[in-house]
Parts: sequence; C-alpha cells; structure tokens
Amino acid sequence: MSMALLEVRNTRLYYATTKGVVKALDGVSFELNEGETLAVVGETGSGKSTLAKLLVRVWERNVTLVDGEVHLEGREVLHMPEEEFRREIRWRKIAVVPQSSMNALNPVIKIGDQMIEPLLLQGTSKEEALKMAMDALEAVGLPRDTVNRYPHQLSGGMKQRVIIAMSIMAHPRIVILDEPTSALDVITQANIMNLLKKLKWEFKLSYIFITHDLALASELADAVAIMYAGKIVEIGGAEDIYQNPSHPYTQGLVSSVPTLRTDKTLSFIPGEVPSLITPPPGCRFHPRCPFYRDRDYLKGLCDAKEPPNAEIEGKSLRRHLVYCWLYK
Amino acid sequence: MPDTFEDAPWVKKDSLVVAHRLRTYYTIRPGLFAKPRFVKAVDDISLSIDRGITLAVVGESGSGKTTLGRALIRLLEPISGEIYFDGVDITHMKEDELKKVGFRRRIGMVFQDPYSSLNPFHSIHFILEEPLMVQGVPREEREERVYRALEEVKLTPPEDFINKYPHMLSGGQRQRVSIARAIITNPDFIVADEPVSMLDASIRVEILTILKDIQQKHKMAFMYITHDISTAKYFSDYILIMYAGQFAEYGPFRDVVKNPLHPYAQSLIEAIPDPDPSNRLRERKVAPGEPPNLANPPPGCRFHPRCPFAMDICKRQEPPVIEARPGVYVKCWLYKGF
Repeated sequence: MSMALLEVRNTRLYYATTKGVVKALDGVSFELNEGETLAVVGETGSGKSTLAKLLVRVWERNVTLVDGEVHLEGREVLHMPEEEFRREIRWRKIAVVPQSSMNALNPVIKIGDQMIEPLLLQGTSKEEALKMAMDALEAVGLPRDTVNRYPHQLSGGMKQRVIIAMSIMAHPRIVILDEPTSALDVITQANIMNLLKKLKWEFKLSYIFITHDLALASELADAVAIMYAGKIVEIGGAEDIYQNPSHPYTQGLVSSVPTLRTDKTLSFIPGEVPSLITPPPGCRFHPRCPFYRDRDYLKGLCDAKEPPNAEIEGKSLRRHLVYCWLYK
Repeated sequence: MPDTFEDAPWVKKDSLVVAHRLRTYYTIRPGLFAKPRFVKAVDDISLSIDRGITLAVVGESGSGKTTLGRALIRLLEPISGEIYFDGVDITHMKEDELKKVGFRRRIGMVFQDPYSSLNPFHSIHFILEEPLMVQGVPREEREERVYRALEEVKLTPPEDFINKYPHMLSGGQRQRVSIARAIITNPDFIVADEPVSMLDASIRVEILTILKDIQQKHKMAFMYITHDISTAKYFSDYILIMYAGQFAEYGPFRDVVKNPLHPYAQSLIEAIPDPDPSNRLRERKVAPGEPPNLANPPPGCRFHPRCPFAMDICKRQEPPVIEARPGVYVKCWLYKGF
C-alpha cells in the first residue's frame, strides 16, 4: 500500500468567543497524494481557512481545542514540539500562501529582506538565503533584482507573485493556497493560475487550494473536497465531483455557479449557513436540504444522527466519498 | 439634443439615458506647487440605455466603470460630453435643479458592499422610508411602500425585518435591503455597481434572480457594473467593455461574448473559467501585464503594451471606433480594413 503524502485524521479546531465555542473545524479527515492538487471548496464560515491554519500550525490565541492527527510523510506533525515543527516542517515541507497576504507585505522593508526572514531564523546563511529568494523570484516570472524593491513599487499581480515565491523558496512538498487570487482582476487571476500550473510541474508540488469558487477550483484541482459548516461533506476526484456531484449541498453549489460558455438555469440554496456555535444536530445541512424536506423516511435520521460516509462508483482513481444518509 | 450622434452611431437618441463623449477626470496634485494632473477615469464614452434594457459595463479595477456609473447618475460632474435623461440635458445641472426636474427621484443605486452602504444606526424601516420622506410621501403610503419593497426583494414576512438593524442581517439580506432602498421610489434608471461580488456563490444567484425579476417587472433602464461577465450573462441585453477608462467593445451581450473582437475583450473572456475538470490541463491564453496608471496612460491605444497583435500605428495613434460586425463596435486598429 502506498502511503499518502499527507494524511489528516479527524482533526478539530475550536475557537472560544464571548458568544460561545465556535466549532470551526469538526472532524475533518482526508488524504493528499504526492503531486496531487486538492481543492477545498466552501462558503464563508465553512472552516476552509481554519484548515489551512491547522496544517501550518499558526492559529489565533483564542483557540481552545486542537485535536486529531496530521501525518506528513508518515510522521505525526500536529502535536510535535513547536520548535521542531518550525525548524523542519513549516516552509521546508509545508508552506502557505495566506489569504490577502500580498497586502501584508511590510511597506518599509525591501522585498528580499522580507523573503529571507524565515530562512534566516531556520539557520540558513544570508548569502544562501538571498540566492534562494532570487531563484524563487525568477521561477515566478519576476526579475532577480526584485529583492531590492519595495512593495509599493510593485503592482497587485507582482506582489502576489512575490508571496508565491516566498512559499516555494525552501522547496516544500506541499503548498497551501488560501484564496490566492481573491483581490486580483480576472486577467491577472488567469495569469497567476497559469503560473501555479507551471510551478506544480517544475517543482513537483502538491497543492491544497482553498477557495469559495468552484469554477476557479477546476483550474487546478485533481481532487475536490467540499466543506460545509466545519465538515467535509463530499470528497473525490475532480471528474467525479463536477460531473456527478452527489451530496445535496454539492449539487446546490454546482447548480449555482454561473457559466459563460454554456447555458444553464441557475438555482440557489435557500436559507443561510448555520451558526458554528450551535450547529444543527445530525447532518448540518439538513435544515436547507431539499431531500430532507421532501422525503419522510429521512426524518429522524438526518436531524438526529451524524451522516455515515458512502462510497460512490467513480471514474477517477481516488475514492469518491459522500457523507449523507441518502446513500445508505 | 442633436438629431443624430454621427460620431457614435451605436447611441440611440430616444433612449431614456444617453451619454455622449463623456469624460470624467479626477484631479491630483503631485506636490504643493506642482501643476495639477488628471486621472482620466472615463475618457470618451458614449452609450444609451432604454427602458427595459440592461447594459452590462464590464472591466477590471481601474477601468473607470464605477466612475462612469456615478457620472451617469450625477454623483460626479463630467468634465466634458453630455448626459441626457429622458431628453433633458443634465450634464452640468446643479443639485437643486436635478431635484427640481425630478431626476433624483427617478434614479436608484445599489452599491457593492452591503456592509458599508447601510447606516448601522438606522433600522431597516428608516433606511427604506427615508427616500420617501424626502419626497414628501404621506405616512400611510410610506408604510405601505416599505412593506411592498421588502416583499419584492423577498424579505418576507416584512414584519420580521422591518425593526431590525443592519448588523442583525446576513450579507445577502443586507444586499436585498439595499436593492429595496434603490427601488422604493419607483425609479426609471438603476445603477447596480458590483451588487453580488461580495457574496457567496449560493446567495449570489438569489440576488441576481431578484434583480432580474425587478428589472423585468418594472421595465426600468438598468446598468449592471461588474468585473465578472458570467454573472452579467443572466440578465444583460447589451455589453460595454471598458479598458483604462476607454471604450473597448460594445454590442449585443451574447454576440460579443460568443465572438469578442477586441484583443482585450478576447483576453477578458478567455480568463474566466467555467467549472470543468479539464481546465487543469490547459494554459489560458491571456494578455500578460496589468492595466496602466490612468494619470499617465500609454499613447495611442491604451492596450498596446499588452496586446499580442500590436502594430506600429497602435503605439502612435488612438484607434477609432469601428462597426466590425452589424451592431458590434470595436475601438481597435485591427478592424480598420473592414
């Protein structure tokens, strides 16, 4: 049996707020294979960014619970000492492009100095780190002397390229992309997507691509995980998810995406995303689910018991799993 | 109004809203004693929108699409050109004149960000009632119209929402309140500036459906400003693609989107992904680079530094607007031979 590059098992992450405990991530498990891109798609508040924070172990101070296991190349990394994680794993094995981080570049520090900071902290010499930074800048299509520039001298697309260069600089195995094009224009977005495709082949990267946009996800995804209210509701190969969406939420999401080239009738999912402080019992989607509403035999199941996972026959190598009572 | 606009044949002069060679510049002063410079946000745009018609204005950030929308409803005063509303020249009218001719009452606007466009200290009831109070509508009628507007945007039953404050509503609900506020005066012309770009996918469709229903029911002239052509598709009749403050391409929506002629329009449409798992295996052929600084735009065609087909003339001379296909107008030298 071949081992997955990254194995996430039953992870949970809760935040304490004045209103109660927010169960942002509640029992998420998946695998990521070597060279694979997994798109994690969900709406605001589905827990997709929290997943990114969990994997690189940078989270806010009000986190009250971190639980589960994360195995990277067979090694448990979620509970290893922070010092060890910082020296060996973060940036070196698993890197992140945080959401809207291009606006977080320090305006008074040169690009180069900002880029090499994590490497210096890990003990790399300054010359070596600068060379790594320049190589990375070249790989993302920027001139090597960008290291001597300041953020305000760069356009939005260039700043995003700098951030991507920072993530690949130490040659990680996995790069987590958290909405990497959210503030960019469509053409710039397409250019960045082209770049990410190129880097993937060049550096044999595995991506975890976090986005709310199902159409954009298809630009990179080999596999797709759909998140709803802190849980994965469906996961499988991209062909299976796009052509045979099986969870009622995924079906609703797919039919709400406007398409430019083909005509289809759009529909929407009525209702709102539930509160993660007091999520609905059983399946968290049941209050909005059209099948639950229409089929009497589901009453007492969906609204009471956690949905089981069911495997669906699919085209791709990856197992197509759906967490729903309909398939039991 | 002149009888015909010879230099802008796509403008239909008997439309409700007509703009002719509109220019709106912002002034910037690089230093205390330096000569002021202009950001040419809208530079020579002509268009017309009739009742019952939706025009989608599409472009990237900095293309001038928002400035154009604001100039058309006279939140800004243009530098040159003319705007006619229902045949009346409103280009340089003062605020009190605009009120006197009934212009303010006949327009509505929906803004992009539902979190900052509603006053947090006002209840939904007051937010909706205020425009009617300004118009002097009697109290009983105001009440009835507030309820009707809430029903129209599907915030039902209205009693559940009327006494709430914006922070108690979700993003989608707030945006519906802004739509209700825009339509409560029964306007003839609505400008919606990126009304769904801040919303999640599943809510987006609901808002688009509401906008489409309202537009069809009331037969108003509608200007939908967006960077996302795929959301515009669902209810737009015509499309105007802008680049760096200027006209790029104009025509019937489906015609233009299916077969765009301007190299910028081609890039813009190519850049938009449809959900399709085979996308990951191909590279998108889009123009490199980013839009220019409008304080100092490139000479000639503003797109030439990024254009894959740029010729010598594109660098020197501004291209004319050419009818490249019946009803489709393109500002590009490539089509001069036709």
